[in-house]
Amino acid sequence: MAAAKKSSKSNVSAEELMSHYREMLMIRRFEEKAGQLYGMGLIGGFCHLYIGQEAVVVGLEAAAKEGDQRVTSYRDHGHMLACGMDPKGVMAELTGREGGYSKGKGGSMHMFSAEKRFYGGHGIVAAQVPIGAGLAFANKYMGTDDVSFAYFGDGAANQGQVYETFNMASLWKLPCIFVIENNQYAMGTSLQRGSSTPELYTRGEAFGIPGEAVDGMDVLAVKEAGERALAHCRAGNGPYILEMKTYRYRGHSMSDPAKYRTREEVQKIKSEKDPIDHVRDLLVTGKHATEDELKAIDKEVKKIVSEAADFATESPEPALDELYTDIYA
Amino acid sequence: MATKILMPALSPTMEEGTLAKWLVKEGDTVASGDIMAEIETDKATMEFEAVDEGVIGKILIEEGTEGVKVNTPIAVLLEDGEDASAAEDAASGSQDAPADDSESSDEDDSADVSTKPAAQAAGDMPEIPMENIPEGTKFKKQTVREALRDAMAEEMRRADEVFLMGEEVGEYQGAYKISQGLLEEFGARRVIDTPITEHGFAGIAVGAAFAGLRPIVEFMTFNFAMQAIDQIINSAAKTLYMSGGQMGAPMVFRGPNGAAARVGAQHSQDYAAWYSHIPGLKVIMPYTAADYKGLMKSAIRDPNPVIFLENEILYGQSFDVPELDDFTVPIGKAKIAREGDDVTIVSFGIGMKYALEAADALAEEGINAEVLDLRSLRPMDTDAIIKSVKKTNRCVTVEEGFPVASIGNYISAVLMQQAFDYLDAPVINCTGKDVPMPYAANLEKHALITTPEVIEAVKSVTYR
Repeated sequence: MAAAKKSSKSNVSAEELMSHYREMLMIRRFEEKAGQLYGMGLIGGFCHLYIGQEAVVVGLEAAAKEGDQRVTSYRDHGHMLACGMDPKGVMAELTGREGGYSKGKGGSMHMFSAEKRFYGGHGIVAAQVPIGAGLAFANKYMGTDDVSFAYFGDGAANQGQVYETFNMASLWKLPCIFVIENNQYAMGTSLQRGSSTPELYTRGEAFGIPGEAVDGMDVLAVKEAGERALAHCRAGNGPYILEMKTYRYRGHSMSDPAKYRTREEVQKIKSEKDPIDHVRDLLVTGKHATEDELKAIDKEVKKIVSEAADFATESPEPALDELYTDIYA
Repeated sequence: MATKILMPALSPTMEEGTLAKWLVKEGDTVASGDIMAEIETDKATMEFEAVDEGVIGKILIEEGTEGVKVNTPIAVLLEDGEDASAAEDAASGSQDAPADDSESSDEDDSADVSTKPAAQAAGDMPEIPMENIPEGTKFKKQTVREALRDAMAEEMRRADEVFLMGEEVGEYQGAYKISQGLLEEFGARRVIDTPITEHGFAGIAVGAAFAGLRPIVEFMTFNFAMQAIDQIINSAAKTLYMSGGQMGAPMVFRGPNGAAARVGAQHSQDYAAWYSHIPGLKVIMPYTAADYKGLMKSAIRDPNPVIFLENEILYGQSFDVPELDDFTVPIGKAKIAREGDDVTIVSFGIGMKYALEAADALAEEGINAEVLDLRSLRPMDTDAIIKSVKKTNRCVTVEEGFPVASIGNYISAVLMQQAFDYLDAPVINCTGKDVPMPYAANLEKHALITTPEVIEAVKSVTYR
């Protein structure tokens, strides 16, 4: 992660830091709880946790404005919480219940919120990339100044449709930010083993799309980069690539034995680069918050997550007649 | 020796064209590669080059002549030293002119087949009656191509969120000229030329539909849509369900489908059964120009992803189209194209050509076939099929697609489950053959369903 830009850390208010801390912590506690519920058999199928990558979505959502859209892959819980979706509805979707965002019919990988302009939740690697450009196409067509965020991983960055999309997005100057969440592993294949060029932020150069690498473990650096990218897009200059150098602590999915990396590697990132510890340090050393204030946030977040888990286990399964609804509009 | 210059075939499906303009006059010397004339096909205006050198002895077809059949002599080319009388001889006497080679080949069936693509051999498409048209409505003859363009133009005038995107839809005026004139009327914001990236632009259109626009995606052929089928099925068809009804993809994927003429295995597949398999999609495959128009308008207005399967052979065919301000045909309704009591022939799209030709031939032998044009494949009007079969007690299905897991297979299963007691014979599925489409004209003809095969199937189920 040496090449990634650091935050200048100027002009950050205590309030803003506290907000980042709270939101990242919310994602982490939510994901830990989801892992627990999976272990208890309450969540089925595939479940991809976002732990370790929290600074990426929290930083970018802090830079976004009302009206901007986002679309991502199946590792989507963090994106949903960060854009303001209700943790109860998200958790209840994970448990496949009526109270879930998709009434239990989408699951962990396929969730949407028209209200929060979250367009999924896509289970096919990189399929969300042209869709994100399509959202941007609609913004331009309708003459709004909204920008879409198309999130995808380092694995998806090798898919052909990404480059078809880069070409058209640049050709048509679509207001789309391509966010490559480089968490170093495409399932079990490390970046070095799967990518001929490891500097993914340069992948748009052939299409005239500017890109930059960002320390995706530093929420302030992420936010600053997001602001640069948004300004570029809103000014009508076309798309922008942000490569977020990040790391996932957990396996690819819940059923990942993680033989492709060492415990030491994971431990080293956790102890040296954790995005939440980073903000906590800034808050404490800058005397922006007391330990008691931070504990109060921890407690509040735990309560919200616990209530979400209760809701998700108490909400009934969808009625059987839901099987045949929402197939056609 | 004087040679005749023949009206050229300038596309796989061209049967005739307009000799728009002569660029040479009698007495002019031409060399190989010189442009002699401009010829308008139903798709484009093309320049026609000389292949031999010589002097234009006589022009046989005046410029501006429409409907000049392929292989008609249009001029006489003289060799060096020949005078005008040779041109007269060549024009009147026909014994040794090249054009006569094809005539003499009439004695040999296989040679005849090799000069004409299978689908062209039958000439004009049979017309069928229309339903639910107000009395006193006027009709105009329109090609399927024109009907499709009018449908899109009318819907684009109605709603700004409707736009057309695809390869060559704008400046080129459409690879098959379906979008002719749309760029001029609606501008580049709404008629969007894409690079050759089906997967990418299909996905962009899905995203635009999620955001509330109404894209019409043209695939140059549905064969190329295989590159995009993940976006069509996984993204467009399933999102409404996966989002619990919050958002879907109101859009149309359209383009030519199935065999054209002599374009081989990779450009000839019929995807009717493939898309019909998918919940969340609607699938339409019309036959007449009126249905093309009315169903295209309904498809654009439909809040679901609609697969609109067109046919290149039909593009140039003319049918009566009602002159109404807003003519629509409902999706999911079959139409009785011809009434009869002895057997039900169910078909759709270009399959209707074979069904109707067979019905005509069978009528002469005293077998009255009811011909049902499904028009929509999903939802399929199975009630109409069952109703007809309850009357006729026999059913033959006709389609150009492959036989395994075909539309006909599904219809057979529905009839077995819902009308078993009414069947007096097994249902026969007439389909394309279980082979990749061959290039050779005679093989292609036999790879497709043929009218004699339909006739034979009907005779089999009627025990004649």
